[in-house]
Amino acid sequence: MFEKIFGAGDTNSLTMNKPHPDSLLDTGVQGVISRPIDRVDGPLKVSGTATYAAEYQLDGLAHGVLVGSTVGKGRIVSVDADAVLGMPGVIDVVTDFDTFLRNAQQGGETTAPTQGVRDVDYFGEIVAIVLAESFEEARAAAYALPIEYEKKEGQYAFQAHRTEGETPPDSVTPAKFTQGDIDQAMRDAAVTVDVTYVTPSQNSAAMEPHASIAVWNDDALTLYGAYQMPTSDAQQLAKSLGVSDKKVRIIARYIGGGFGSKLGIAPESVAAAVAAKKLGRPVKAVMARGQVFDATVRRSNTEQHMRLATDRNGRLTAIGHDSLTSNLPGEDYFEPVGIGTHLAYAGENRSITHQLVPLNLTLSGSMRAPGEAVGMIGLECAMDELAEKLGMDPIELRRINDPAVDPEKDVPFSSRALTQSLDKGAELFGWNKRNAMPGQRREGEWLIGMGVASAVRGNQLQQSAAGIEIRPDGTATVASAMTDIGTGSYTILAQIASEILGIPLDKITMKLGDTIDPPAAGSGGSWGAASAGSAVYLAAEQARKKLAAAMGVEEAELTLKDGYAIGDNRQVPIGELVGSGIEVTGEIKPGSQEKQTTQASFGCHFAEVGVNAVTGEVRVRRMLGVFAAGRVLNAKTARSQCLGGMTFGIGAALTEDLIHDQRTGKLVNRDLAEYHLPVNADVPQLEVHFIDERDIHANPIHAKGIGELGISGAAPAVVNAIYNACGVRVRDMPITCDKLLAGLPPM
Amino acid sequence: MKLFTYERADSAQAAATDAAAAGAKFIAGGTNLLDLMKLQVETPTKLVDISRLPLDKIEERDDGGLTIGALVPNSDLAADARVIERYEVLSRALLAGASGQLRNKASTGGNLLQRTRCYYFYDTATACNKREPGSGCSAIGGFNRILAVLGTSEHCIATHPSDMAVAMRALDATIVTQKADGDRRRIAIGDFYRLPGDTPHIENVLEAGELITGVELPAPVEAARHLYRKVRDRASYAFALVSVAGVVAMDGDTVKSASLAFGGLGPMPWRNPAVEAAIVGKPVTTASFEAAADALLADARGYGSNDFKIPLARRTLIASLRELTGTN
Repeated sequence: MFEKIFGAGDTNSLTMNKPHPDSLLDTGVQGVISRPIDRVDGPLKVSGTATYAAEYQLDGLAHGVLVGSTVGKGRIVSVDADAVLGMPGVIDVVTDFDTFLRNAQQGGETTAPTQGVRDVDYFGEIVAIVLAESFEEARAAAYALPIEYEKKEGQYAFQAHRTEGETPPDSVTPAKFTQGDIDQAMRDAAVTVDVTYVTPSQNSAAMEPHASIAVWNDDALTLYGAYQMPTSDAQQLAKSLGVSDKKVRIIARYIGGGFGSKLGIAPESVAAAVAAKKLGRPVKAVMARGQVFDATVRRSNTEQHMRLATDRNGRLTAIGHDSLTSNLPGEDYFEPVGIGTHLAYAGENRSITHQLVPLNLTLSGSMRAPGEAVGMIGLECAMDELAEKLGMDPIELRRINDPAVDPEKDVPFSSRALTQSLDKGAELFGWNKRNAMPGQRREGEWLIGMGVASAVRGNQLQQSAAGIEIRPDGTATVASAMTDIGTGSYTILAQIASEILGIPLDKITMKLGDTIDPPAAGSGGSWGAASAGSAVYLAAEQARKKLAAAMGVEEAELTLKDGYAIGDNRQVPIGELVGSGIEVTGEIKPGSQEKQTTQASFGCHFAEVGVNAVTGEVRVRRMLGVFAAGRVLNAKTARSQCLGGMTFGIGAALTEDLIHDQRTGKLVNRDLAEYHLPVNADVPQLEVHFIDERDIHANPIHAKGIGELGISGAAPAVVNAIYNACGVRVRDMPITCDKLLAGLPPM
Repeated sequence: MKLFTYERADSAQAAATDAAAAGAKFIAGGTNLLDLMKLQVETPTKLVDISRLPLDKIEERDDGGLTIGALVPNSDLAADARVIERYEVLSRALLAGASGQLRNKASTGGNLLQRTRCYYFYDTATACNKREPGSGCSAIGGFNRILAVLGTSEHCIATHPSDMAVAMRALDATIVTQKADGDRRRIAIGDFYRLPGDTPHIENVLEAGELITGVELPAPVEAARHLYRKVRDRASYAFALVSVAGVVAMDGDTVKSASLAFGGLGPMPWRNPAVEAAIVGKPVTTASFEAAADALLADARGYGSNDFKIPLARRTLIASLRELTGTN
């Protein structure tokens, strides 16, 4: 059994049932919060000493290579393990048709994902693992392993099955929401837009592939994994293996990017665990890049039917955002395309619906800003079309439809700086230089245009805990099963503790990514900083109470700075106040504030692009993002998060397209040469500007989610700029040159 | 593990002899071969390492041309002052390809022999006549955005992915080889590659063990403009959808000489004398440029997702000719 380090000390728990107007981060005097402090884990990463999941060196480690199915739908007739058992170094071939995961699990679930792989439901489904003494030997045997399939008819082509969609159960957003009568409103309107936008399947393509090392110690499993949410991932893994939650520990200290693809456990974890149990040895399973594409998570393709209606003055009377998405048969998850549309704009008559089309393609699930990242393409491009029809500036159209309260519920926004962001962005970007008439600005072969789009991303708070230990030498450890997936969690959590406790950053040791530490929601949905950050806040608040008591002063009279407690005209080293050391735990829980206010981060994107008048190649020339996401905890890591999101937006608009062969369901472009992420040359100077904001309804640190705000709205700003540049309205992402060719000026 | 033997050759002749055995492959930079071996698309039983042979020089020739050793890295070739001055098209083509790290490692000879980037060639779970003769072509009827519209056959529609080779085709390069039997030969680049026909796995005229030792560039065309224009799906690190390598000399308003080669369109760096004939000796007009495009694309055939390459090639050629003739 695993020994828990924290949990014995006092717990300071807070449920967000009322606003939290006062924050210790505003009264702390250490002066580290919000500052652009370098990542505390940076030196480890650049020197190669941050240990990632696949890098643990364990005695007796057996190397596993996963085997993917070579049919898109069928049934396994036989696996001829004997054919490869004699190959050099081969230890075993492990198949478990009942236990292996058919597909990855969605984030935050506490149950097992769909299991069982005798019946194959998509090309590349992981059906076996080959174990050998070296990776190369295992790989050779995996290639050679004969598997016989009974092939069946699969559904691979979205277009052929698009009418077979059904309304799935509600998820983070209602599957179907209607208000008023949109059809009537469209008929009565002065101006309408009725168009359909299409987005392709995408892959998170995190730099680090999915990887697990499984080690059994009697009946307890330790899994070194590349996971975003270890607390719930351990529960998923335990359920998948039929063991108690208490018998599974996940260690995920460093994660090389996740973007949603590592929210839930993926097939390699269970394959490694089953094989390790059978072999009685630690087993490593790292997905090859092609397997990451084949067998983890894709963002669903979408078809978005947009309807907008206004009066003569441009006031929205109707918003329709009716979407088709796809997933594996039997899976309920749908890309929540319309999630941002619910709260973006006013408009009395509304229809925001989703249908799910079953396809035999890789599981669809969360990828950076599920919902908004693609949904705002439909919404914000349609808004651009509407502005043009109205002869109105796109910013003005958004301003007059910026609602004072939630347009669907009679509750206020916790904070909302959409119009403020747009105005600031217009000023910084030089929006007044844009010519509303498309195709008017040309530099040599390049047609130049500008576009704008709003950014909306729902804010979430998730139950999370963190522990703080302060030792007599004045040093501290902050521990939580929270993760740092490259975002800066290590740094911002240390900053929060340092600010409140007055303990210098270099005296704080961060310990993340281990389920023996206080449970946390991990990194996902941009809730990580606010949730784990609040837990650290509450633990620090509790520690501060103890220090005040030890000093014999009221909390309000205590100042903590540079390792000293100051009060009552005394200055005492903090270490001298903790006796043999103190341990405290903080715990945050979401509460009724979520119902009493609508919480979201807001902002906007501006893009300037060049469209080559000969070839239709598009190059982004500059972009600006203006974001209001509550308190910025670290100006550098927050900016980096936004830069990453904006880069994702460039990819969504211009390059990323996960292509399946319509005949077989097989992924065609399953490597980084042909799945085109934006490269450095595609990403110009990006500017990020933050609007100063505090959200007292969100949590005690007054921060909202930021990581996914940067992608929401980024793509449509680029798309709208393309239209402004060349006058060709492409509604099918990504906008590759072939889609523009026919509309370009004659040679 | 797929076992292979490894030998380090100490002379070009020895390398050729060693590599004449069935299943043998040369390895230099390994930027293409090693990837393909990991995927078991290539499964050599013997690797002959030529990377230490003294073939890494760029040398002047008496006729005013250059001889480029087969092991000259792409980065060095692109940065060579003589290449930049006399064969700008080559330097530009090299820099349009791959990434800095790959160019540091990739060799001149290896670049000529790059395998196609056809999605299906790369994936052993699919049929491919080039990888496994007789198994069928998955790209025909499948997704073929980056594949060929010229020179294809019912057995293969792969493109040759090199940028460098397209420039060399425009420069009338000659490939110098060492054969296993001790002979050496010089092969005009126009004779070097083969169309797929019904043997798409045979991509060039090299015999078993025959080693490329260098590439000769003839004396540069005097007072010519050079251009390498590459159209691609992202600004770097993407293969050409269409590329044009051009060297054009003018006599007043008349095209005095032109050599034009194309990437991304065919199974080999593509060159068609009729394209050049459409403009040489004629005054510069849009009509003559359109005639050149007509000549290039007369036999072009799209396969669905690559249909756009035909109008794209037309537009790119016309724009390239405008730039090459100074009639922008």
